[in-house]
Amino acid sequence: MKALLADLRTVLTRDSGADRVVPPAGFTVQLTLFSAASMAFLAVFALALSLAAGRLAERWGDELARSATIRISAPAEEMSRQTAAALAVLETTPGVASARALDDAEQRALLEPWFGPDLPLDDLPVPQLIEVIETEEGLDPAGLRLRLQAEVPGAVLDDHARWREPLLAAAGGLRALGWTALVLIFGALAAMVTLAANAALAANAQVIAVLRLVGATDAYIAGAFVRRFTLRALGGAAAGVLLGMVAVTLMPDTGDAAGVLTGLGFRGLDWVWPLLVPPLAALVALLATRASAKRVLEELA
Amino acid sequence: MIEFDKVAYSYGGGELLSDISLVLPPGSFHFLTGPSGSGKTTLMKLCYGALMPTAGHVRLFDRDVTQIGRDGVALARRRIGVVHQDCRFLDHLPVAENVALPLAVSGDEAGTHQGDLAELMTWVGLTDRAHALPPELSGGERQRAALARAVIMSPDVILADEPTGNVDWEMSQRLLRLLIELNRMGKAVMIATHDLSLIRAAKAHVQARVLRISNRRLISAGADL
Repeated sequence: MKALLADLRTVLTRDSGADRVVPPAGFTVQLTLFSAASMAFLAVFALALSLAAGRLAERWGDELARSATIRISAPAEEMSRQTAAALAVLETTPGVASARALDDAEQRALLEPWFGPDLPLDDLPVPQLIEVIETEEGLDPAGLRLRLQAEVPGAVLDDHARWREPLLAAAGGLRALGWTALVLIFGALAAMVTLAANAALAANAQVIAVLRLVGATDAYIAGAFVRRFTLRALGGAAAGVLLGMVAVTLMPDTGDAAGVLTGLGFRGLDWVWPLLVPPLAALVALLATRASAKRVLEELA
Repeated sequence: MIEFDKVAYSYGGGELLSDISLVLPPGSFHFLTGPSGSGKTTLMKLCYGALMPTAGHVRLFDRDVTQIGRDGVALARRRIGVVHQDCRFLDHLPVAENVALPLAVSGDEAGTHQGDLAELMTWVGLTDRAHALPPELSGGERQRAALARAVIMSPDVILADEPTGNVDWEMSQRLLRLLIELNRMGKAVMIATHDLSLIRAAKAHVQARVLRISNRRLISAGADL
């Protein structure tokens, strides 16, 4: 830990003149910059996906958790009575904030996607739906079911649990996928920086020999490479994050209808998350280059 | 300062050096001779910790080289100036920065020895080549730059491995004078060479001990010269 802190201090405070001992590299610099920028760009999208999935899960959870539906299937002449009975039961049920029977227009609107706009609702045995909005405390579905069974034989309570759980599981899965993608992205960045650092160290074997000849310690030599790769990763990742944030901003926003794909943007404090990507990429590059330098310097000793 | 006690060095199953005992005290001047392949460079590398003995003990400034780790060797090298025949530089840095490299790696860039740089460049006659890149230098200029780099930290010991191998007679005499001058300042100097005329020229100016590697062992050869 102390060594890591010392490396961090070196990266932040070391005289840039000391880095000149390492020749200005060619393709490894571009490789690191490009990799860091690409990975940061992808990381922004993975973050956006995770956060959007999280928001969606929260919304679905909240909306479905605070509502229930009662479906009444009864002969036409019984329908009004059973609906009134159900509403009466709900009025005295703890945890019910409000309850109302959907009118014909609302029921028609619900069925319209399947049967078209000219549905003759009066001629069909369509069940009556009652929308129940719960209080913060929520209702006791088992108790309500028993009461309805006794007083409204045609009523079936749907507390949305069977919808909510798979939806929440799906949203949770998407969120986990986003975080997994983030881990993989940083892993890939570490691998690329390691390859680039290995190549740079191997290509500079003579430089390392000269530095050792004049009394450079391994920490000094490694520091020059670590600082270079860390700063390259930081710069590349900053550019990638900037581009990623612009791209996310330009994603179409469908407002209330937003799903996980169309609602990928960041909201409020979520915008802070992508700003953490460049320092994290720099830390990954620091650790990868440090490990690489340690191994190569050991081999060259 | 540098002390060998019954040192041996083996590589690839064969013993290159056997039973070497040697002391380089302050102000001493040694020549190391022997035919090509006799182990002169190996012995020089043992002197500055580039190789580790396979038997016996090498002590750098009273510390066993096998006990001090790579960082300890690095710190010891700051007190040992090394000049090679094929002196290597950082080719992307100007000569002056190469000469000042030991200051940079020891964190002394703005410190006690920085003022010596201009004087040193003048001393080795490279003032007008200070901003040239190493590949632009001639063989003699490279040797002089290497010597300047080797002494900028005012080391206690100067090791020169065939320092005149790539230069003409006049330049070799000039380099020799520089090394003798450093020796008069109290530095221990050891020069590995197979150039006997260089040894004879030096003995006219300095009391030098001549060592010869023969059959993997170190023998005194002063009387032969």
